[in-house]
Parts: sequence; structure tokens; C-alpha cells
Amino acid sequence: MTMATDAPKDGFRLSMLVYDTRYRSYTIQIVVLVLFALAVAWLLNNTVQNLAARGKEFNFGFLWQRAGYDIGQQLIPYNNDDNHFRALLIGLLNTLVVAVLGCIFATILGVLIGVLRLSRNWLVSRLMTVYVEMFRNVPLLLWILLSYVILSEVTPQPRDFRVTDEMVAAGEEPAASMMLFDTIAVTNRGTNIPSALFERGLGTVDLGFVSLNLDFWVILAVIAGSIFVNRRIVHSARATQEATGVRPVTWWKSILILFAPVIAVIVAMGFHLEIPSLKGFNFQGGILVAHSFTALLIALTLYTAAFIAEIVRAGIQAISRGQSEAAFALGLRPNRTMNLIILPQALRVIIPPLISQYLNLTKNTSLGIAVSYLDLRGTLGGITLNQTGRELECMLLMMLIYLSISLMISAVMNMYNNSVQLKAR
Amino acid sequence: MAQGFNRTEMLPPLPPPVTERGAIKWLRENLFSTPFNVVLTLFGVAVIYLLLQSALPWWLNSVWNAESLSQCREIVAATAGPDATGACWAMIRERWHQFLFGFYPPAEYWRPILAFGLLFAALAPVLYSGQKRSLTILLGGVLAFLLLTLYLSAAPSSVFVVAVLLVLGMLALVQMQPGKLIWFTLLYPALTFWLLWGGSVWSPIVAMAGFAILYGVFRLASPLIGLAPAAGAGVVAAVLWWLYIDVPTVNLLQSALPFSIPAIASDQFGGFLLAIVIGVTGISFSLPIGILLALGRQSDMPIVKWLSVGFIEFIRGVPLITLLFTASLLLQYFLPPGTNFDIILRVIILVTFFAAAYLAEVIRGGLAALPRGQYEAADALGLDYWRAQRLIILPQALKVSIPAIVSTFIGLFKDTTLVAFVGLMDPLKGVTQIVRADIDWKGIYWEPYIFVGAIFFLICFGMSRYSMYLERKLKTDHR
Repeated sequence: MTMATDAPKDGFRLSMLVYDTRYRSYTIQIVVLVLFALAVAWLLNNTVQNLAARGKEFNFGFLWQRAGYDIGQQLIPYNNDDNHFRALLIGLLNTLVVAVLGCIFATILGVLIGVLRLSRNWLVSRLMTVYVEMFRNVPLLLWILLSYVILSEVTPQPRDFRVTDEMVAAGEEPAASMMLFDTIAVTNRGTNIPSALFERGLGTVDLGFVSLNLDFWVILAVIAGSIFVNRRIVHSARATQEATGVRPVTWWKSILILFAPVIAVIVAMGFHLEIPSLKGFNFQGGILVAHSFTALLIALTLYTAAFIAEIVRAGIQAISRGQSEAAFALGLRPNRTMNLIILPQALRVIIPPLISQYLNLTKNTSLGIAVSYLDLRGTLGGITLNQTGRELECMLLMMLIYLSISLMISAVMNMYNNSVQLKAR
Repeated sequence: MAQGFNRTEMLPPLPPPVTERGAIKWLRENLFSTPFNVVLTLFGVAVIYLLLQSALPWWLNSVWNAESLSQCREIVAATAGPDATGACWAMIRERWHQFLFGFYPPAEYWRPILAFGLLFAALAPVLYSGQKRSLTILLGGVLAFLLLTLYLSAAPSSVFVVAVLLVLGMLALVQMQPGKLIWFTLLYPALTFWLLWGGSVWSPIVAMAGFAILYGVFRLASPLIGLAPAAGAGVVAAVLWWLYIDVPTVNLLQSALPFSIPAIASDQFGGFLLAIVIGVTGISFSLPIGILLALGRQSDMPIVKWLSVGFIEFIRGVPLITLLFTASLLLQYFLPPGTNFDIILRVIILVTFFAAAYLAEVIRGGLAALPRGQYEAADALGLDYWRAQRLIILPQALKVSIPAIVSTFIGLFKDTTLVAFVGLMDPLKGVTQIVRADIDWKGIYWEPYIFVGAIFFLICFGMSRYSMYLERKLKTDHR
């Protein structure tokens, strides 16, 4: 301490700004700040000059002009008379739906593969190693393009599904048939899946800029309510266990509360499936899922699953054997060992890298452009940009949206991560 | 004592029971230990059977000599029956040069080949620093590769002689002073730039002279005005050199001593040549930038810290595609009116930034993993900031993060395929689409993707194996 106070007090020399550690960090920071400000000013100045030279101005008014292009996959109603902003929303929803489904499927597949890779079965663990290495070391773009090409070139044409009277008489099978109890038809134009219809549906509510499908929201609300009630049941069971040492049997209550209300609501609204069927030259009814969506989803799932498998494997391997041995010594059965001892500790290792895989998957959805999937990149950063010629605004807006999606995902996942982290100290 | 009942010698050991030895033991333990394992084994066998059933005939019926896909199919039908499937590798045979070089003029193929071979010579001192034996083997491999490929690509004989002399010179240098080989690594970027893009030999030489001027000014000025101002003066001198003196000097030298090779425009680059140019440049520049960013993020100075955090989080938060589009669409807004520089260079800059932001996070993890005592020990020894980082902190932090650093590099190399979206001809989308658009090869899909995928796999898998080797080599703990 005396060292610092004994430092020379004989006035301030300019060289102390560089050589005295008390002032040096201020000097460096001020220099950095000035350089940064100069760089920003230079970029802004250039931008202003360039915009003026091209006769453009910086404003987002174009978002309210008529878009004038069609989008194949739309989760909320849209037609080409709507404005660019609504096209942007459609694109954003398309991005999000691929990202969410991809995260779910990739997690399921990745956990399965990661666990199987640790299996003591030599053959299966080798197979899974081959899978992981194959998908990790080859670009994602290849998997997207390959799945798309295979889906659109190998699958049969709609007319191959046709069954004519002559064929029935001759006892011949058609060249192609529908899958899964004749509900799904994969043709070279897309995948036809059944759609859910409600005979006594609740209709829709128009909120001006967006219309809500009440059937969907009612079912969602019922599911949310069931989950909440189920959590209360489990919670009270745990309280009873802690108080008396005996855990009440709850599994049948849980199943009942989770599934009965939803089924009741669905039946009450008159649920039935509209199954696609061959009419004329094409399949009618149901929903046509474009191959661009399917290919993107398949490729993202397979690719990210390989990374998730490695994360899961590393997480489980990070738990020392002593932990499971101690659990067995306490007399816990294998499944309770897994649930109570291994998983809570492994999750702590697994979750942070898992979050970054989810982020990667979300950002990788922008590769959908390779198969003309109209996501945010395809609408705002593609057709809208080309039609309006507003590169600066479109790119900035798109980056901002991607950035906020990323930050939101990491914020939500970090909250979850904090809830499973060690609470010690 | 009843001696008759006691043995006097040991019994020979019996062999273990048949279920406990050899292949049967291995099968029992590894494939059929529990009922669940039996199910898994059967499942695995079924998967392998299905894969082989569909793919094996296809591989066995491969056709290597044909003019078009329809001809391939005729040959397969003629040799293996009308319903048989067969791979049509004839397409690769006809078009391999486009997958490797894009539209690079065939007469100049020796240039990328030479650059590629010398790449390993330049990497050698980095990969195996100071190990005479590994260096000799690697350089010998480079020599053999160059002899073979330059012969096959019909390179001019003068090139042949120069290349062989160069590698032999390096081999001799390795035997005497292996440490000096790093000088070739430092000169390699300029050499490769000249080989690939061509033009006057003087432009890379004069550009490199800028670095010599930087160093010279720094050495001359540092005793007079101190280290930091001298470094600043050096940078200013070098920038002035590049801005105002570079071009006239090149023109002067070129008119006095003309020596040039044909210039190749960037739009003729393609295929793996493009992927490797972008990948290697991105990797070598992103590591130092990533280290600086990581140190900036760990810094005590709030302004430096927040600038680093902002840069890292912004780059990591947006997809690479949007950054590439920035390179192709927006850079013209941000730069002074009338500037227009090469699209490959722009893409390399953005890819480098992208990888650097990821590397910064990886290295930050390594820095955070170091015990506090290491920092304190470095302070206690009286080392200043940069010496402490260079001698104590970074060697340990980088060692911890090697696997993650290499997987970031692998990711960067795989991401080079995305340049297809800004109009460059990457091997995957660019070249493959050109091939598939050809009337002769319309409808081919497995073969090009398998070919390109296999090359990517080899490179990326090789990198991950090297990182495992490096981890073992640098391992200093005894666990």
C-alpha cells in the first residue's frame, strides 16, 4: 500500500499518460473511443454520401406498400395485396416454425443418439459414431440440398397413385401408395398431410390486423390449464411425501388430468381429419407441405442432432462413476438413479452448449434460401429487398430481427439454466 | 503323514471355459449381454442390412466411362439387368476439374496446385514446430505431391525446377535450422496471392515491403521516442507507403523489369480452390483477432470491454448469410463513393470476423478456466500485461480450448459453402448446379453430393484428428 502512496508526486508529466499504470488505462480507453467514434463517423458520412449519390433516402415507409408477391407457406392469412410488413411477418413465422420444430426433433434424436453412443453394445455405439462423424464433418448446405433433391426427384408423381378399374380387374397395385393408414401422400409436388377440422368450431375473432383461430387457442388454453393442475398435484404429492414419508399414488390422476380435458374439448367441437385424396391430377384436401420446408427441417434435424448427441455424451461422461455407485449403494433403482442423481448433474453440463446449438439451428434456418424456402431471409431479405431496392433498410431490419430472436432464446434458456445450476455458496 | 495323497507338483492351468474366451466371449459381452442388448444388436444388423441392400449394388455397378447420364444407365442396364441401379462416376471423371478449380483456366492449373502444396510447407513449422523428423516427412510428402501433380497438370518445366529447388532448399534448412522455416510461412501469403491471382510479381513484393518499412521505422524510432509511439509511427509509415507509394513503385518496377504471369479474375475462382482460399485465409486471420477480442472482453477497461462485447454479440447473433449479404450489398454504402474491391476479399473479411467472434467466446472459456493464482503469479513475477498474457496465460488458456478452437475452424471451413449465395461458385451449390444444369447430366444427384461431401469429410475429419494429436502432445498433467 505504501508503494502506491510513495509514487512520485512531483508534478504531472505528459509521458505519465503512457508509462504510468495509473493513467495508462484512461489514455488507452480515450484513444480507443476516439478511434471508434471516428470510424463510426466515417461510415455514417460515407453512407449519407452514397445514399445521396443514388438518390435514396433512409426510411421504412416501404413496409406499408403493397407487396405483390405470393408466399407458398403461410401460417396466418396473406395474399399478394397485403403490404411488405405482413410479408415480413409471414417470413418471420416461417423461420420460427422451422426453428422450433427443428429444435424439438433435433433434441429428441440427439439425446437418443448420444445415449446409444454410450451403449455397451459394440455394434450400436459404432453405428452412432459413424452417424455423428458423418453429419458433423459435412456442410449443412449439402444435407439441405440433398434432401430437397431426393424429395423432389425420387418421390412419385400424383398420377402414380391412381387406381383405375382396369388395374383392379387385373389385380395390379398402383405405382405408389399413401403412407400411415392412407393418410399421408408424398408426391414430387409436396407432402399431403391430413388437416384437422372442427364441425362445431368456435370460428375466428378478427382483431383488425390479425385474426385469431379460436379452436386453436381454446385447445392451447385447456392444455396449459391441465399442465398447471398436474403440477399442483405433483407438488402436493411431494409435500405429502416430505411430511409423512409416503408418496401418494398420482400417476393415474396425472394421466387423467393431462389427457381427458383435451380429448373432451376436441370431441365436443366435433374434431375430424380431412384426409387428402387424389382428385383429377392432384391431391385435394388436407394440407400441402412444400418440400422446401420438409427438406430444411430434415436436414437441420439430422445435422444438429449429431452435435447434440456429442453434447449429451460429454455431459453424461462428465459425471464420475462414483456418483452412480453411491446411488446404487443407497439402494436406488437404476431409473431413479438416472432421474435423481445422474440427470440433474449432467443437465448442468449439457444445457449451456445445448443453448448455443439451438441458437445455431435458428440461425441456420436462413439457409432455407438454398431451396427457396420463404423465411425471413427469403421475404424481407429476398423478394422485398429486390422489389423495393432498399438494401440498407431491409438488411438492417433483418439483422435486428435475427439478433433479437437470438438474444431472446439465450435469455430464456439462460433463465432455465440458472434454475438448474448449483445453488450452493 | 499320508504322503500318497499329496501332490508334489502343480496342476497345469485349465483353459477358460469356451464361453469366456475368444470371439464368443467378445460377442457375449459386447453384443448379447442383456435381452435389451440383443434387441439393439438385431436393430443395428437390420439397419446395416437395409443400407447395404440398397447401396451395395449401386456401388458395385458403378460406371466410370460414359458421355452422359443416359449412356450410364444404358451401360448399367446392359451389364446388370434392366432393373439394376448403378452409380455414374463418369460425371466426376468428366467434370472433376470444375469441382476442384471452378472456371480457372486449365493451362494455369499448376498455380493453385503449387500454392496448395506449398501451403503444407508453410503450415509445417506451425503444425510441428521444431520437430525435425515430422518436418522432414511432411516436406518430403509435399515434394512428392508437387512432383506428381505438377507433372500431371503439365506445368512448364521452369516451374517444375523452381518448385523442386524451393522444397529441397527448405528440406536443407530443416536439417540445419528448423526454426528459420517460419520465414517461409510469413512470406507465403504474398507468394500465394501472386500465384493465384497473377499479375506483376512486383505488387506482392512492394506490398510486403510495407511490412519491412513498418518494422524498420519501429526499430529506428524506438530508442528515440519509446516503444508505443515508435509502433504508431511504423504503422503510419506503412499505411502511407501502401496508400501513396505502392502503386507508382509497382508501375515503375514493372516497366523497368517486367515479369508477370497472366492475371485471373475473381469470378473464375470456384470449387474447392475457392473454399480452401477462403477457409485458410479466414482461419489464419481469425485466430489472432479472436484472441484480441477475448482479451478485450476480459479487460478491466470498460470502454474496450463493452466494444468487444458489442462486436462479439452482434456477430454471433446474426446468421452468416446476412453478413455475406452485407459484404455483397451493403459495403458499397459504407465505403467512400467509387470504391469497389474484390468480392472474394470482402467475403473473406466478413467470414474472418464471423469466426473471430466465435473464437473469442471459445478462448474466453479457456481464460475463465484458468485458476486465479496463475494471473496473480504472473503479477508477482513483475511481468507486464502483454508478457503475462504471452508467457503465462494464453499458452494455458489456448491449450484448454484447442478442441473448441478446432471445431470452430471446421465450422468456418464448412461455412465457406455459403458464399454460393453471393454469387461465388462454391463446390456444393455453385458447381453442382452447373453440372446438373448440363443436358448430359440432368437428373444426377447422389454422385456430385457424395463426391463433394467426401472431400469435405476428409478435410474436416483430418482437422479434428489433428486437434486430438495436439491435445495429446500438449498434455502436461499426469492423470
